[in-house]
Formats: sequence, C-alpha cells, structure tokens
Amino acid sequence: MIPVAFDYQRAGSVEEALSLLAEHGDDAKLMAGGHSLLPMMKLRLAVPGVIVDVGRLSDLSYIRESNGHVAIGALTTHRQLETSEVLRAECPVLADVAHVVGDPQVRHRGTLGGSLAHSDPASDLPAAVLALGGTLVARGPNGTREISAGDFFTGYFESALAPDEMLTEIRVPKTPGAGYNYQKFNRRAQDWAIVGAIAVVGEGISGVSLVNMGSTPLRATAVEEALASGASAADAAAVAAEGTDAPADLNASPAYREHLARVLTRRALEAAGVS
Amino acid sequence: MTVVLGRTRGERGDSVEITVTVNGSTYTRDVEPRRLLVHFIREDLGLTGTNIGCDTSSCGACTVLMNGESVKSCTMLAVQVNGEELTTIEGLAPGPDELHPMQRAFQEQHGLQCGYCTPGMVMASVSLLAENPKPTEAEVREGLEGNLCRCTGYHNIVKSVLAASGQNVDS
Repeated sequence: MIPVAFDYQRAGSVEEALSLLAEHGDDAKLMAGGHSLLPMMKLRLAVPGVIVDVGRLSDLSYIRESNGHVAIGALTTHRQLETSEVLRAECPVLADVAHVVGDPQVRHRGTLGGSLAHSDPASDLPAAVLALGGTLVARGPNGTREISAGDFFTGYFESALAPDEMLTEIRVPKTPGAGYNYQKFNRRAQDWAIVGAIAVVGEGISGVSLVNMGSTPLRATAVEEALASGASAADAAAVAAEGTDAPADLNASPAYREHLARVLTRRALEAAGVS
Repeated sequence: MTVVLGRTRGERGDSVEITVTVNGSTYTRDVEPRRLLVHFIREDLGLTGTNIGCDTSSCGACTVLMNGESVKSCTMLAVQVNGEELTTIEGLAPGPDELHPMQRAFQEQHGLQCGYCTPGMVMASVSLLAENPKPTEAEVREGLEGNLCRCTGYHNIVKSVLAASGQNVDS
C-alpha cells in the first residue's frame, strides 16, 4: 500500500513548522513518528498534499518536573514515557498507559503529541491525559495558548487545534500517592482497546475516563460524581455507561461495550484502591 | 473527503535526496517522499532479507533497527531516516562465516519453521535484549508482541531469545 504522492518538508524548528503550516494551510499535515498518520495515508483515508516532518525537533522531547506538574514535550515517544523515572515517581499512570500502546516498535516511534493531535477515541494516551485533567500547550501564528484536555477532543479524529497550530507540550498533574489503573480490553496483543477504563484516584484527584466509548475519549463524569458522593467502586462503576455513545463494529455491539465499560471501570477503581 | 485520485506523480512529490547509513555503508539516493522505508531497503538498496508481511504495522516481518531501536519499516518513509543509521538482518553477523549470537540461538533452538518472520523476529529480539539484557520468559513474550509467526512457532522463538540472553532453557 502506497500513499498518494505528497510534497515533503522537514522542519528544523517549531517556527519553521508553523510557517510551513501557515503557507500550506489545510493541505499540510504535521508528521512526528508517523505511526497514526502514515497508516491512514497508506489506506488513502488521509491524503495530505504536504507533509511537514517535525520528527527531528528533539528540543520538544523531554519530561521534566515544573511547578506542581510534569511537563512533557510533544515529541516524547511512548518508549520514553514508559521508561521515565520522573513519570514513574510523579505520574505513574501515564507511564503505565504508554507501556500498553501498540508494541515495542510502535512505542519507539509514536509520540505523545502525535497521539493526542490524532485524537483517536480508541487510543490509550488521550484518555489518560483526560483522566488526569492535563493541559495541552499549542503554538500558532498568534503565540501560545493552553487548552484543557477536557476541551481538546472535539470529535471523531478532531481536536481543538487550528490548522496553523502545533501541539508543543503536555502538562499533567503530579499524583503523589494516588491509586491508578488502566483496564485495556482487547482480544489480541497490540490491538486497540475494544473498551478501556482508566482510574486515577487520590488526594486532590478523582479522574475516570473511557476509551472507545464515543466519538472522543470520554470523561466518566457520572462515575466521578458518584465517587464524590461516597459511592463504592461497584456502585460508581454501575453508571459508567451513562453519557456514552458506544460505537458498533465487528468487535462489539454498543450494548456489549456498555457492559464492558461498567465491568472495566469497577476493576480499574478497585485496582486503584477504591473499595 | 477531498477527491484526489486524479493527483498523479509529477504534480506532487518531487524527489528528495537522502543519505543514510545501512549496515555500516553510507548510501545517497533520490527518493519520492512517499517511498516506504521497506521498499527503499529492498528495492533501492537490494537488501531483500527484510520481508514485507502485513504491510499494516501489525506483523513485524519488516522490523529493522534505527539507531539501535526496532522499528517497522513498512510504517516509515525513507525520507524519515535521512541522516540516520539502520541495521538490517544482513548487517547483524560480524562476518560471512559467523552468526550474530541471536541468529545462532535461533538456529540452535529451532526458532524458525518457514522462516518468513525470522528476520523481523531476530531484529526485534536484538532490540529487546539491548533494552532488557536478562528478560523473563513473560517479558520476552510481551517484548515480541509486535511480531507474528504464522507457523505459530512462538515457543522456540522465546527459547531462542532466552538462550541468546545467556539464560538456561529446557532442551
């Protein structure tokens, strides 16, 4: 499978990438690791006229502590996330979730920024950043703006990023002592989740999110509200399918996905220490 | 969706010059931007040890090392490796009469049946041991989740990797 022909530009800096986006507009797509975009281009589901390669912007590859949160450069690979001592100490759920993305070869190439910008509701990392209540930093021609994870995912493979903007940094809160767990349900290794449930529960944080239960990664707000009013893990998980819009495909019907959401949420909450 | 089926070569995709080091030799070539790395390796460089299996980044038959890390060459563009160092299965052995320890382990432990997945399995296994020199059996199985063996010969593949790591395996 070979993509439709496109022009190729390699950006040497964020500024250069932004200027190429400004020049080519909607016809251009940024490529980091390319592990979401290139498969779609090979299937000709995506047909960008210009690829702006940002994969060598190594100054956007970092994980560092900063003012109560962990700041992660958009070009940080899944492999760097899963092996990061900073994340293991300060926000281990993100390292855990990164560890189950795809397979080792995919994790060597795929990036956090790329995964978030791709906004696939079946992907693991967008839901993790959502459960954590993270903040996404985008740069565009008018400067830098911060977008909360809750406002970032706007539709099926759609994000709040404007065509001339680039995601540069992801900030997640430190979660000292919080319980956390990701339940990823699939039938084969390396598959996307048929349904996934992520829980991060501790002092100052009570985030629960769902993978592949709608057109975007979803915050399980009914579960979070139940937990806030003192519900048990089982009772809170019973409302996990509320507010979702589960898709039907060859793996599962919506009703089965709703069942999975309740079961996986209960398991994730219990593993995160909610009784 | 925009209809672009009429877009032809020439309207887009002017060739780009890339320089890449493969198995210690440096090559400079003009490539179309859409040229997949695996096609560059097999057709432009003639290194046909790297196989194409699923062509959808699932099976791992096309695994090569980029700067020492396993990657799936069907899901990379040749232009993305401009300036980088690659190792393919042809570049693993230290000499023509000598096997790499991982290749030797696959031979001694019967880690292949039809052999189609083997180049990718070996390259993924080399990368796995570089990151985790003494993996448990479970870690080997998980570490090779990106490589499929259609003969389902996983048991001896796992044994091969454990043997290559210097650990005892049941014979």
